[in-house]
Amino acid sequence: MEFKDYYKVMGVARDATEAQIKQAYRKLARKYHPDVSKEKDAEARFKEVGEAYEVLKSPEKRAAYDQLGQNHRAGEEFRPPPNWDSGFEFSGAGPGNSAYSDGFDQLFGAQARSGRSRGEFHAGRGEDHHAKVLLDLEASLNGGSRTFTLRMPEIDDEGRLVSKERTLNVQVPKGILAGQQIRLAGQGARAPASGTPGDLYIEVEFQPHPLYRVDGRDLSLELPVAPWEAALGASVKTPTPSGMVDLKVPPGSHAGSKLRLKGRGIPASPPGDFYVVLQVALPAANDDQAKAAYAAFAAALAFNPRASLGA
Amino acid sequence: MPPSDDQAITGTIFDQSAILSIKDLSRMCQVDERHIVEFVEEGVLNVIEISSEWHFTGDALRRARLAVRLERDLELNLAGVALALDLLEELQRLRRELEARRS
Repeated sequence: MEFKDYYKVMGVARDATEAQIKQAYRKLARKYHPDVSKEKDAEARFKEVGEAYEVLKSPEKRAAYDQLGQNHRAGEEFRPPPNWDSGFEFSGAGPGNSAYSDGFDQLFGAQARSGRSRGEFHAGRGEDHHAKVLLDLEASLNGGSRTFTLRMPEIDDEGRLVSKERTLNVQVPKGILAGQQIRLAGQGARAPASGTPGDLYIEVEFQPHPLYRVDGRDLSLELPVAPWEAALGASVKTPTPSGMVDLKVPPGSHAGSKLRLKGRGIPASPPGDFYVVLQVALPAANDDQAKAAYAAFAAALAFNPRASLGA
Repeated sequence: MPPSDDQAITGTIFDQSAILSIKDLSRMCQVDERHIVEFVEEGVLNVIEISSEWHFTGDALRRARLAVRLERDLELNLAGVALALDLLEELQRLRRELEARRS
């Protein structure tokens, strides 16, 4: 296993006071908390910081860690001596059910923070598991099965918490929305003894879609139209989740005009709407004919687009 | 080659239509019921009263678990959690709007 320099992770000196360690943790936790942070490697950093804090905040664990650290450098392979932690009493649930590094597991053991101590509300029932997945929008629009690979914590035969990869083929319920959860009954942790297994909850987020933008149950599409289509009205071909439709652009439309196709959004209950937002695309004036057309246009219309600016 | 649909595990959407008792929610979040009551009192969770008993929708599970995580990991008090949840929601709304304007 790899030896980790927890002081370096927390950015504190080796002789930092408890108050300094706590302060450093709070600052880093706010910065990297996966629910709050937009940093790229937030989750990994948060776990690392949580692991470091779990050790450094407890005088007993810190003392044990310091003793080990005298002979080791960060990143170096090492094996903890047998019974190195005897005489130190570890208690309570740590910050979360997040899986810590192998090093932490070997040093402090699963019981140090598995959350078991708090999870004993229902003996005979396995714990629920929770996961997040990125889903393509089509899965919600059309339903269908998708395969997810999830990393699940599991208690192995030696009572240690390990992270196991698990591939699940899931029938995605049609009409699911971002932020909603899919409940898979009985797919959580196995029950101790002969009880019922827990459930698995999969929270859904959508991958960005090449055409549609998702807002709750509504979808929107930016549709380019020619200036004359917007001004005079037209019937234009438009992609929608249920296929190509002929969309009537009313005369006098302009850039930003929003047309609503009721009930053609995500097929939730009630179904969302589909919005088409018009964009006026200008033809390029790159030959004499086009230039002449623009000039005729300018001559025919006394149009000042900056009238509202007083210019 | 994706596996065929008939082998897939079927799930249900867990949202407003799923009704949870305070006991369910407390078990699912691994906090005691008193703590759920505190969340309600602080306005972190919405409650539906059915024949004078408290119930929660499936959406409350996501919110309650988030509240528990923030409270524990960031060592926030209840008021701080409530504020953080409100601000996170606002942030999400603004980000969506920003994204809409950019595209």
